[in-house]
Amino acid sequence: MSFRIPCPQCGERSVYEFRFGGEYSIRPQPGADEDEWYQYNFVRRNEMGSQTEWWYHRLGCRQWLRAVRETRTNKVIRAYFPDETEQTDRGPGES
Amino acid sequence: MRQLFRNDRMWRAHELKGAYDIVIIGAGVHGLATAYYLGRRYGVRKIALLDKGYLGYGASGRNTAILRSNYRTPEGVRFYNASLKLYEELSAELGWNLLFSQCGHLTLGHTDTAVAGLRVRAETNQLLGVDSRIIYPAEIQKLVPHIDCSDRPRYPIMAALYHPPGGIIRHDAVVWGLARACDRMGIEIHPLTEATGVRVARRRAEAVLTNRGEVAAGTVVNATAGWASTICKMAGVSMPIVTPPLQACVTEPLKPFLDAVIVSASLHVYVNQTGRGELVIGSEIDPYQSYSMKGTLPTLEQMASSALELFPQLHNIRVLRQWAGICDMTPDFAPIIGRCEELDNFHVDVGWGTYGFKAAPAAGRYLAELIATGKVPDIIAAFSPERFRRRRLVGEKAAAAVSH
Repeated sequence: MSFRIPCPQCGERSVYEFRFGGEYSIRPQPGADEDEWYQYNFVRRNEMGSQTEWWYHRLGCRQWLRAVRETRTNKVIRAYFPDETEQTDRGPGES
Repeated sequence: MRQLFRNDRMWRAHELKGAYDIVIIGAGVHGLATAYYLGRRYGVRKIALLDKGYLGYGASGRNTAILRSNYRTPEGVRFYNASLKLYEELSAELGWNLLFSQCGHLTLGHTDTAVAGLRVRAETNQLLGVDSRIIYPAEIQKLVPHIDCSDRPRYPIMAALYHPPGGIIRHDAVVWGLARACDRMGIEIHPLTEATGVRVARRRAEAVLTNRGEVAAGTVVNATAGWASTICKMAGVSMPIVTPPLQACVTEPLKPFLDAVIVSASLHVYVNQTGRGELVIGSEIDPYQSYSMKGTLPTLEQMASSALELFPQLHNIRVLRQWAGICDMTPDFAPIIGRCEELDNFHVDVGWGTYGFKAAPAAGRYLAELIATGKVPDIIAAFSPERFRRRRLVGEKAAAAVSH
């Protein structure tokens, strides 16, 4: 089964052009309590079904994008650049 | 003759009763081992093992059947060594040949950094009484005459961590043997029984809902691999787990030539030859989480090219099958065993990532002890579910199939 991601900049490309950045979550605000940081740092929804996640197009436009993927079939329903006006973190750094 | 076979069933089918002392979700090698030790050591027999597939459908039948205890953290080494020792006795104990071949296990180092890591493991292992030492190309060549120890490969072999008690076992036989032993103690095994929900009240998991009806439980155990998060979510328990697939393949049978398990973390590959002569080749986990158990061509190519770096003479060998299993990875590459803080009777034996099969007997034995006595045995204390909240991570950097 081919696993392809429709990059909003470059079009549909193989998953091997991308780096997976994990599921999308909102970074706690400064002053958040320990539990919020615990949830953010460790707990994962690990959705069996549709999940919003970060991807980095390392062999393409080299931008972070978000994709909604069905994790049982790897079909990407939607991929988009995060809107600057919505609350967001910057995504995991490339390591 | 027909009667003969009928009387010798490995395990029997049962009607699902309304209540059990212990309900174990997942009748793989971990669930079975837990039930087995609960029955054998503590006399608990009113146990139901539920599995959504047939026995051995999940990780218990998809792993590469490698057993070893040459881990890096003292907690890991102690635990996996206990497991290896239990595996050594298991065939005799079950009266069932598990075809355990302690052919030796070699972890190759191709860079200075990798060799430094292997040295740490050798020292830690020796300190804890595990047979493990660093050997160099001359000795590697003697143990594995067909491996390419020359300077031809891009990353020539510099040294290896040699672990003589490591080896391979027939993983289906482990599942069948444990299931047979459980059945003989009166423990019920229910294949094709999918847990669809957990009824929670007063901080207790009171019942497991299944496609065959509701089952009340004194204690619930989540012993699934790949579906740990899904089952925990049913009980309202959150988990620090992501689930990427891990792929492996098997080649056509060859004459016996490889009498050791070969692992190379730098090349992301491990190879062993089964009793039937097939080569089992495993790869690194896929670089994304997914519940899809389909193999992919790039991973097959990677497995083939890495195996050829080690054994160039295999270039004409055909691949018979390729498959994927899904692995519940934790942030510190160590499992999560124990009672969950959120519920008083809900136990987990999850997060087994790429190292679950080899751990099954010890996980089952000590989880059984925890369930029966209510006290956390020292050997699994470091793997508690609350360690992430307390920031006491284990950091097992010698887990297979993961880059660190």
